[in-house]
Amino acid sequence: MRLSVLKPQGKSGIFMSAEESQPTIRISQVSKYFGDFQALKNVSLDVKQGERVVICGPSGSGKSTLIRCINQLEKHEQGDISVDGIALDGSRSALNAIRQRVGMVFQQFNLFPHLSVLDNLTLGPMRARSMSRLDAEKLAMQYLERVRIPEQTDKFPRQLSGGQQQRVAIARSLCMEPKIMLFDEPTSALDPEMINEVLDVMAELASSGMTMIVVTHEMGFARRVADSMVFMDHGEIVESAPPEKFFENPDSERCQDFLEKILQH
Amino acid sequence: MKKLWLFLPFTLLSGCADNWGWYVVNPTTTSGYNNLWFLLSGLYYTVLLSFTAILISIVVGLLVALPGLSDNKFLRGFNRVYVEFVRAIPILVLILWVYYGLPQLASISIGVFWAGVIALALSDSAFEAEIFRAGIQSIDKGQYEASHSISLSYSDTMRFVILPQAIRRILPALGNQLVYMLKMSSLVSVIGMQELTRKANELVVTEYRPLEVYTILVLEYLVLILIVSAMVRWLERRMNADQRS
Repeated sequence: MRLSVLKPQGKSGIFMSAEESQPTIRISQVSKYFGDFQALKNVSLDVKQGERVVICGPSGSGKSTLIRCINQLEKHEQGDISVDGIALDGSRSALNAIRQRVGMVFQQFNLFPHLSVLDNLTLGPMRARSMSRLDAEKLAMQYLERVRIPEQTDKFPRQLSGGQQQRVAIARSLCMEPKIMLFDEPTSALDPEMINEVLDVMAELASSGMTMIVVTHEMGFARRVADSMVFMDHGEIVESAPPEKFFENPDSERCQDFLEKILQH
Repeated sequence: MKKLWLFLPFTLLSGCADNWGWYVVNPTTTSGYNNLWFLLSGLYYTVLLSFTAILISIVVGLLVALPGLSDNKFLRGFNRVYVEFVRAIPILVLILWVYYGLPQLASISIGVFWAGVIALALSDSAFEAEIFRAGIQSIDKGQYEASHSISLSYSDTMRFVILPQAIRRILPALGNQLVYMLKMSSLVSVIGMQELTRKANELVVTEYRPLEVYTILVLEYLVLILIVSAMVRWLERRMNADQRS
């Protein structure tokens, strides 16, 4: 089986002409409340095929909530979200179709602790994509090689380092052959020396043309990989710009303050 | 060998006072040997009854626990009502009701064995439901999110991700329930089930030796439960083998 998602699809993104590509993710006027607290305030964001968007902002600014709304780990109260032309309309089938297309990597890895590395990877393909065990294992081995840990198949998650666990989690998502990958602070729970091995895998994935939305504070990675930077604060998108402009000359004061604080060192 | 070991405390006790009469279960005499076998023969139904009931109550308990975790308040309500209602009925009362009452209500005939199984399983299922609910709730919500993100269905998420982890955590509690069930099965003797306690009662009536017969009965339950406990601990170790690093 060939893995079409992995083939380089050229650099696309916000610099493409409008007729070339419809947004693959369309978020419009989305609001989300936790009780009385409004976590998202009329947020709109379009992401095109192959685009790499990095979202940053202070904690509690709603960046994780926003990407979790895309695959409905959080349900939004107002606004519309569509992925790959499929609108979230509250139906089970639309939700499933979207979750099939969207992979997610979590801060805490969320590997299945009772399953071996290989079983972590094959569960989704076997149960949600009706693949045979043999095909699923072949697929899993391909992705384990891609995240550079093919030798750990029979280990259990807790026997691996944090960086290895996160790479297994990335491979688990890729086994669903998604069109879009969401990363929710993928390196925030890692020891410093393990951050790079995860970022390298993500950069490699980006260079293969995967559409990615990454919530992270790793600004070096953002500068290197992002097509588009988004700054969120208090549940709103405050600034959205290409990385050159975003880092050198952001429009809003809040964004300038934030960048000054995190780029100090 | 085990039998000899069992008799060690008896010989010690027999020296202590004149009012012990171990001849009733002395295996070297014909009547004592027969009496002893009569007592031990109750083991079959005690074990069969308890294990059948615990299997049914685990299945029913899980089916009652799952609605309790739902977002739907009617399903949660069903769980609460079932647990509170069933938990409030004393087991002995339930046994009597199922054996004498239910046939009249449903115009069916129920044998002693199945009446016992139904009553024990029903009573225990409320506790199993609470154990399962607590076990499932103890699983990190990241496990559900990861399952959703690889688009597993609800039943696959439960079957392959949540329950295997929950069962490892609740195994000690399930073991407790099994021990409890083995002991509560003695109550089914009141409707004539030929299990350990009933056999002992019958022997007491013919031999007039309650002290010795009931002491044997205590030891029968003790040994049975020690064996079951060891089995549960073995299972725990086996299931948690993959959790050790």
